[in-house]
Amino acid sequence: MRYLEFERPIEDLDRMIKEQEDYAKKTGVDISNEIDSLHRRRNQLVRDTFYNLTPYQRIQLARHPERPYCLDYIRLLTTDFIEFHGDRKFGEDPAIVGGLANLDGTSVMIVGHQKGRDTEENLKRNFGMPNPEGFRKALRLMETAERFRKPIVTFIDSAGAYPGMGGEERGQAEAIAYNLMRMSRLRVPILVVVTGEGGSGGALAIGVGDRVLLMQNAYYAVCTPEACAAILFKDRGKAASAVSSMKITGEDLLRLGVIEEVVPEPIGGAHMNWQETADNLRESILRNLHDLQTQSPEELVENRYKRFRSMGEFEEVKDRPLQFRVKEEPPQQTEHKKAKNPFSMASA
Amino acid sequence: MSWFKRPPRYTTINVPEKKSDIPDGLWMRCDNCNEMIYKKDWESNLKICPKCDHYSILSARERIKSLLDPGSFEEKDSSITSIDPLQFSGYAESLARSRKRTGEKEAVTCGQGTIEGYPIQLASFDFAFIGGSMGSAVGEKITRALERGNDTGQPVVIVSAGGGGARMQEGMLSLMQMAKTSAAVAKLREKGTPYISVLTHPTMGGVAASFAFLGDVIIAEPKALIGFAGPRVIEQTIGQTLPDGFQTSEFLLEHGMIDMISERRDLKIQLSKLVAHLYN
Repeated sequence: MRYLEFERPIEDLDRMIKEQEDYAKKTGVDISNEIDSLHRRRNQLVRDTFYNLTPYQRIQLARHPERPYCLDYIRLLTTDFIEFHGDRKFGEDPAIVGGLANLDGTSVMIVGHQKGRDTEENLKRNFGMPNPEGFRKALRLMETAERFRKPIVTFIDSAGAYPGMGGEERGQAEAIAYNLMRMSRLRVPILVVVTGEGGSGGALAIGVGDRVLLMQNAYYAVCTPEACAAILFKDRGKAASAVSSMKITGEDLLRLGVIEEVVPEPIGGAHMNWQETADNLRESILRNLHDLQTQSPEELVENRYKRFRSMGEFEEVKDRPLQFRVKEEPPQQTEHKKAKNPFSMASA
Repeated sequence: MSWFKRPPRYTTINVPEKKSDIPDGLWMRCDNCNEMIYKKDWESNLKICPKCDHYSILSARERIKSLLDPGSFEEKDSSITSIDPLQFSGYAESLARSRKRTGEKEAVTCGQGTIEGYPIQLASFDFAFIGGSMGSAVGEKITRALERGNDTGQPVVIVSAGGGGARMQEGMLSLMQMAKTSAAVAKLREKGTPYISVLTHPTMGGVAASFAFLGDVIIAEPKALIGFAGPRVIEQTIGQTLPDGFQTSEFLLEHGMIDMISERRDLKIQLSKLVAHLYN
């Protein structure tokens, strides 16, 4: 197993435990008391570390190279998966995979980003960073699902859309925009799961859903912490300090109303126990899909519109001249709102 | 120690400032060709350099004035302003700075007016306001403009200059504005209300990747920088410099991403012709 930077103390203890166990085996000396106490220390340390993760540690876990990816979840959660390829316009983008699968007895369309496990696969899959043909393939599959009334489940795990020359030539911005527009009107349930990295427009392009679930150690952000640090501090290396102000982990996103649910992961992260992770996720997916399937296509589309329509926090101040001050008026004079129901606001 | 305090052997005389024949602020240098140009000429020429045809960025209101029939503009949703939902460091200050610099409350100004007599809904971006970036307030104003188009059946024209893309300082709420505005365009399309998107220098990131590229008709100004990822990000990623003219309007036209390029002085007539064609 691979240790992250902040897991070094745990690694040290693991090495000590192994040395002691080897020593005991070799010499036959009984030091089980010492070994037990080391195990206790390790468990305590693991709890202390993982119950108090900083946002930046979360991001490192979200990027962990042993984390389950889309195809792993498909294998763990479904049967009879048939993968589809190509956008029918330009090409096939292996950074996004998709196809029909059997989830607990029903056919669902699954679409998700796919990172590579090793260098060779990462080159093929472009580190899970799609080009326009990837987004167009994703939409093609989702439109197929709509035609055959299959629910859609998407798995988001991408640092973002690929910033390359070919992508710009073929309309990266248009491909994302078109997906956002079309997904908002698809007449089947769309359940979105952010499994690892939720990076900006490249994530949202398959993320316009009725419900959005976020794995405990996943993140979802408007730009990568590195890009944020580059803008804020002119230094990509200061990502760790940029992260805390970005509000991109589960609790913050729940509070902002961007996601509906956080799916628990085993202690240490999803990579520690794929099966347990998948079982937790299966429960959430089935429960939410079941809820959504009680809605008619019209209700689904209308509720999805309302879901996104209500997002955003701003201030609407009536009949007050503009003033150039940082601290505006005292709060009682301003109509300070978190837009929950935008339609009542228009009449206010 | 008086050596250190030795008085200078010369005295300074305050020379009276040389009076110039030209009053201040009448002349200026073009950013591009560096030629002296008469400011009034430049302004009446829609901020296009008379010498080299370089387009300077128009403010939201200058743009509105250049497009709508005189006196027809009626502003809407001017009371919507950004707050600092994440308590993001430096955001409140940069909002205050932008408000002072532009005299606007937000990066987009919306309203209704007539173009050659045809009533339209218009939204116009101000690049000087945090790079014309889209936060919650901008997303709300754009969405309301689109919804007004939906309710009234009047064509919607959005002039984007959103170089900043989704506003980083509002985090995920900004990203969600992309979905919100795009969903509003979807409704407009279903109803059959025309939406014309005008892309001006620069339109990038989350603004480009949402409503700006969803127009029934997409018009761009010449030589504008338009695209998804910023040129510097691409250069860092691929490790080579980009060719001249990459991500310009001309590049987009060649690659089939926009309908036409329109000179700034022809934009009004172009839009009015389109509106006349599309009006239901």
